Amino acid sequence: MRIMAHVAMVMNLDKCIGCHTCSVTCKQTWTNRTGVEYAWFNNVETKPGVGYPRRYEDQRQWKGGWTLDKRGRLVLRSGGRVKRLLSLFSNPDLPGIEDYYEPVTYDYDNLVGAPAGDDIPVARPRSVLTGRPTAITWGANWEDGLGGAPEHAGGDPNLGGELAEKVRFEFEQTFLFHLPRLCEHCLNPACIAACPSGAMYKRVEDGIVLVDQDRCRGWRMCVTACPYKKVYVNHATGKAEKCTFCFPRIEAGQPTVCSETCVGRLRYLGLLLYDADRVGQAAATEDEKDLLDAQRDVLLDPSDPGVIAAARASGIPEDWLEAARRSPVYALIATYRIALPLHPEYRTLPMVWYVPPLSPVLDAVGAAGGDQDDPDHVFAAVARLRIPLEYLANLFTAGDTDLVAGVLMKLTALRSHMRERTLGEAGDEAGLEAVGLTAGEAEDLHRLLAVAKYEDRYVVPAAHKEDAAALTAMENRCPVETSGEPAAAGGRRVMLGLPTLRRHTPGGRA
Amino acid sequence: MNPIAAATGGAGLLLWVAFPYICLAVFAVGHVWRYRQDQFGWTSRTTQLLEHRWLRWGSPLFHLGAFAVIAGHVIGLAVPASWTEAAGIGEHAYHTTAVALGSVAGVAMVTGLGMLCARRLLTRRIRLTTDPSDKLLFPLLSITVLLGISATAVENVFGGGYDYRATVSVWFRGIFALSPRPEAITGAPLLFQLHALSACLLFAAWPFTRLVHVWSAPIGYLARPYLVYRRRAATPAPVTHEVPTPEPRPRRAA
Repeated sequence: MRIMAHVAMVMNLDKCIGCHTCSVTCKQTWTNRTGVEYAWFNNVETKPGVGYPRRYEDQRQWKGGWTLDKRGRLVLRSGGRVKRLLSLFSNPDLPGIEDYYEPVTYDYDNLVGAPAGDDIPVARPRSVLTGRPTAITWGANWEDGLGGAPEHAGGDPNLGGELAEKVRFEFEQTFLFHLPRLCEHCLNPACIAACPSGAMYKRVEDGIVLVDQDRCRGWRMCVTACPYKKVYVNHATGKAEKCTFCFPRIEAGQPTVCSETCVGRLRYLGLLLYDADRVGQAAATEDEKDLLDAQRDVLLDPSDPGVIAAARASGIPEDWLEAARRSPVYALIATYRIALPLHPEYRTLPMVWYVPPLSPVLDAVGAAGGDQDDPDHVFAAVARLRIPLEYLANLFTAGDTDLVAGVLMKLTALRSHMRERTLGEAGDEAGLEAVGLTAGEAEDLHRLLAVAKYEDRYVVPAAHKEDAAALTAMENRCPVETSGEPAAAGGRRVMLGLPTLRRHTPGGRA
Repeated sequence: MNPIAAATGGAGLLLWVAFPYICLAVFAVGHVWRYRQDQFGWTSRTTQLLEHRWLRWGSPLFHLGAFAVIAGHVIGLAVPASWTEAAGIGEHAYHTTAVALGSVAGVAMVTGLGMLCARRLLTRRIRLTTDPSDKLLFPLLSITVLLGISATAVENVFGGGYDYRATVSVWFRGIFALSPRPEAITGAPLLFQLHALSACLLFAAWPFTRLVHVWSAPIGYLARPYLVYRRRAATPAPVTHEVPTPEPRPRRAA
């Protein structure tokens, strides 16, 4: 067992109002530069919808993520090593700029510089790629609030087969929700595996996936391999860029910019401990519907004494272990099991999870003339309304509707219980029991979902503390170390304070 | 000064000894400088995002053609005629094969390069991303390639046949053997001479253009573990390993 820590995120989709503040602040921070005008490290999509870039979820077309070969081995869907090198000259599965959108700016000078007159000056859009006037025909959130849905949303890859038929005619009255997306900082990242230069890497300390700009040679295989299409080519520098999980902020113990500025306060940040040795095995789980459980199994209980001891042995500092025990992300994913990963069937083991929205079901209850506040109506809807359920299952559970229904039932029971409690009534403990919650747990979960303050939502230990703690840990271990050579112990004392040596390097160097 | 060089004359000495050595020196020093100073700029500078229809055919044609052409040059320039004859390949057989294979490779490379130049000129998005080094590289590369293929066409396909292995190759090997033989190439047809000179210029320009991506051909990827982990702290080299070893081992000062 090799334990590593991971900074992970959970988003409560019921709270997302689609205001795009996260996208805008992210853009202002990271991608307001030439070459990445079209790139949104964080974007908010309306679902159902084709998304950004268009139809990115259709892996038969884009070949993102992993798949199992005939012998059950984990392989990149875009092909093996030799095939990848052969497609260096022209990558057949790379989205073009038209699959994102043509980035534009406006003739602002025309507004500011127009002389006084009777006519109102206008600012015409201009392509930033060609500098010429252009018509705006697509964007990163073109379908916001189901705009143009009758025309486009049928192209949503999550609406497969029969579902598409049923939804095509009525879904605009049925349901809609927003899906904020950023890099998933996967446990089994396909982008890293596909990088011919070895420029992409996952950080041992916090799991953040980054591109080494000095080593990237612009082979653009990461863009194809990422099933979420969250690695972008900077067309000015010819190098790959991606969401950094705001690592300078995370290292300082601050939440990412998208989390910090989230108006709906729907984002949670916290640590997860995971067993790096079991990642490959979990990702190779045969049945897609078992991937969620396999990934949960890779995540470790930070309160388990065995895990704590192993984490210490791996060099994870005490304040990080403490933060892992307080992690709101762990509570939502593992304790209450109401958060789900986006598209587990891509087999990348993503680390940004979502509490699925109850609103599509509530909308449907309302549309059918039911009472949204009556738990019986909602329970019945969860059990019977296949359209939103199947859709959510295609997004979050590889098509397992029972799993999504279980989470929605839990949310409904919680909602109804807390509604009664707030109104001064006894509460609906029978309903809670049916979904496996006690009254105490319900209070805790409600607190976490509804009233959690800044420091409860973002439990991010600063990195400098970690350095100090790691060094202390090493110092403590020195006198009792018997397996090492005497010179090693002596050498280590001298090395205290050198950051490269504050923990053991696992394995050899390749 | 050696008597042969003197016999060639000052101009010959300048063109066929000094100039190639200067170009090679710029090539070597330029690469060291660029590698140390400009890792961030060291890239293939892909424009596939902006245009992919022409690139789809042009780029593989150009690159695969170029590989064949380079292989042909290595054999033609570096391997003396006496060696191939010792291997049982006669002069006529050698040239017939070289012209046949070389023509296919050359046509592929010229077609591919033509498509790449065309998309760069005709697609406004790409024309605007073209930087000064590209404006040097694309014409220089095109001239070199066109001179080379026309020399072959004029002398060996339609002409009576010219045995460059007795002249140009001797000069070429002399450069690297550090015993320059400028007199060997002074009698060669003008097209061959111009091709050789523009090639020298191309080598001099190499380290300052996107051609540096040639040295980053990711052959190591074939053997690398899929997942790459690195420590946040500055490490001398990235730590790449598929699965970390289970038990932590004490490590001595590196």
